[in-house]
Amino acid sequence: MTPMVVALAVAAGWPLARTVWLSFTDATLAGPADVAWIGFANYLEHDAGEWYGVLADPQWWHAVRNTLVFAVVSVGLETMLGLAIALALNTPFRGRGLVRAAVLVPWAIPTVVSAKLWAWMLNDEFGILNHVLLGLGVISAPIAWVANPDLALGAVIAVDVWKTTPFMVLLILAGLQMLPQDCYEAARVDGVSPVKVFLRVTLPLLWPALAVAVAFRALDALRIFDLVYVLTANSTSTMSISVYARQQLIDFQDIGYGSAASTLVFLTIGLAAIAYLRLVRLRPGETA
Amino acid sequence: MAAVVLRSVTKQFGLSPVLRDIDLEVADGELVVLVGPSGCGKSTLLRVIAGLEELTHGSIEIAGRRVDGLPPQERSVAMMFQSYALYPHMTAYQNMAFGLSLARYDRAEIARRVHHAAERLQISALLDRKPAELSGGQRQRVALGRAIVRDPAVFLLDEPLSNLDAGLRARTRLELAKLHRELGATILYVTHDQLEAMTLGQRLVVLREGRVEQVGTPLEIYRLPRNVFVAGFIGSPAMNFLDASVVSADVREVLCKLEGGALVRAAVNGTPLHRDERVTVGVRPEHLHQTSDPEAPLHGNVTVAEVVGEACYAYLEIAGARDGFVVARLDADTPVRAGTALQLHAPPERVHVFDAAGDALERSGMRRS
Repeated sequence: MTPMVVALAVAAGWPLARTVWLSFTDATLAGPADVAWIGFANYLEHDAGEWYGVLADPQWWHAVRNTLVFAVVSVGLETMLGLAIALALNTPFRGRGLVRAAVLVPWAIPTVVSAKLWAWMLNDEFGILNHVLLGLGVISAPIAWVANPDLALGAVIAVDVWKTTPFMVLLILAGLQMLPQDCYEAARVDGVSPVKVFLRVTLPLLWPALAVAVAFRALDALRIFDLVYVLTANSTSTMSISVYARQQLIDFQDIGYGSAASTLVFLTIGLAAIAYLRLVRLRPGETA
Repeated sequence: MAAVVLRSVTKQFGLSPVLRDIDLEVADGELVVLVGPSGCGKSTLLRVIAGLEELTHGSIEIAGRRVDGLPPQERSVAMMFQSYALYPHMTAYQNMAFGLSLARYDRAEIARRVHHAAERLQISALLDRKPAELSGGQRQRVALGRAIVRDPAVFLLDEPLSNLDAGLRARTRLELAKLHRELGATILYVTHDQLEAMTLGQRLVVLREGRVEQVGTPLEIYRLPRNVFVAGFIGSPAMNFLDASVVSADVREVLCKLEGGALVRAAVNGTPLHRDERVTVGVRPEHLHQTSDPEAPLHGNVTVAEVVGEACYAYLEIAGARDGFVVARLDADTPVRAGTALQLHAPPERVHVFDAAGDALERSGMRRS
């Protein structure tokens, strides 16, 4: 027990505590040596009739909105696709082992690599997507998928779905394989239609595994950074709260302010996790 | 009217046959036990009748209607699984009502049926509980209740007692027999337990390697096993088998010489046999009696004596015995212990003779149906 607590304190507790502490200071990247305690000024401060701080920054709230849209839509799509693919992979067919392995490939590629890969495929001038769509006559002019503010977030979500659905498939498939097979035979003798079996037997039994999978993915999605940053850099149209915090910390070299943003990222995700777990546990019919 | 008729039922998984050419008629209201060692195909046969497995060849009729080719729910069968297969997320009530609600029975009818079955099975107080909150015996009842509410033409029970502990199993066995009588239901019952088979079945079907070895009432099968396999499988402790050769044989009696030289008489029709033919002599432990006759056919030293209360099982080393020893069920008061020399005698009408192929010779003076 003790070594674990020490390891956790060193690896997680200390950086967290330091970030929280820095968020109450005016530290900068240039000289963290002489820092002054400025209280909540990095978060929210009223000065000369103006509001300052992260919470007063429309850019921050825009990032919050982006992050929430990204998390809800991508996790939603990944869950539905993951469920469908996992159900397909759970039925026996020739070459299933091969397909199961192949499905994991997008997830096995490092995010930066796959993001770069997609950045090229989505490139407005040289990208294969525009090339194909133009060739098919679907579009008449090349589309700037990641540069167009209306499309960029959608592109980021699409790439994330491509990349992370396999993870969802894996978790749901594991859940499906834990389901008692005899129930399905009982359902067959009972004459339950496949749709009813799915809705009334599979889904309720799969619920705990599904809930854990969604929790994993949602917490991951809320702190999305690499994919957004590689695909669209600091573009405000896709900026997530993590990208926002990094921009403040590194580009603007404002450690105090950036730490306040980071702390808010941490709080947001923490609260989301607690709220979600509450919600899941309160679902009726799930005790086991 | 026959409730279930199987004709040349054959099932293959890939190239390996699991059921071979099975013919069977089950009368309306009859409880027939399918019994055999594991891998004999008894569960597969039940699943084929239920429609969970497709037939490779043959036909199945239930209540006068051909059903092979129909999906399970149209066969008018209810199946109870060895593991009970209850839906873990539903209460006992929901488990029992699920099939009915999907078959579009109205609520009142479903409630009536479930409560009626629950009362019969004494689980009315448990209807709001989920399987995880029920004991093994209670789950077994819920599974049985789920079958009962369907009011099927045939109940298919796959090892329904095997997950219960010994005491509960005996009690539940009695209750099942009573339930069968009350419901007047047709039941096909699978078990590997020959005691369960003997006590519950009106008729037994003994299966081995996908074939029907013998069909008959428990007593018929006990008294007149058709071959070595059936003789050894039914009865506990199992029948003793001894290698022997024919000394003389006629229509009334066969005289066999055991390997040790002793002679054994068997009241069987020996006309198919010829002198010196190799045969197997079978005697049940309970048909061996202690005798003071020094010429008694079986004699040897007791190696182990097990006193089990009502009886004493004496294990004797005897030359030619199939397992190396012969078991005799003696009176518990018989003073035997390891090392005691025993002479045993078996009445000829209790001695079985099997030919080289393992088939039993007919009991003399009897016609096998």
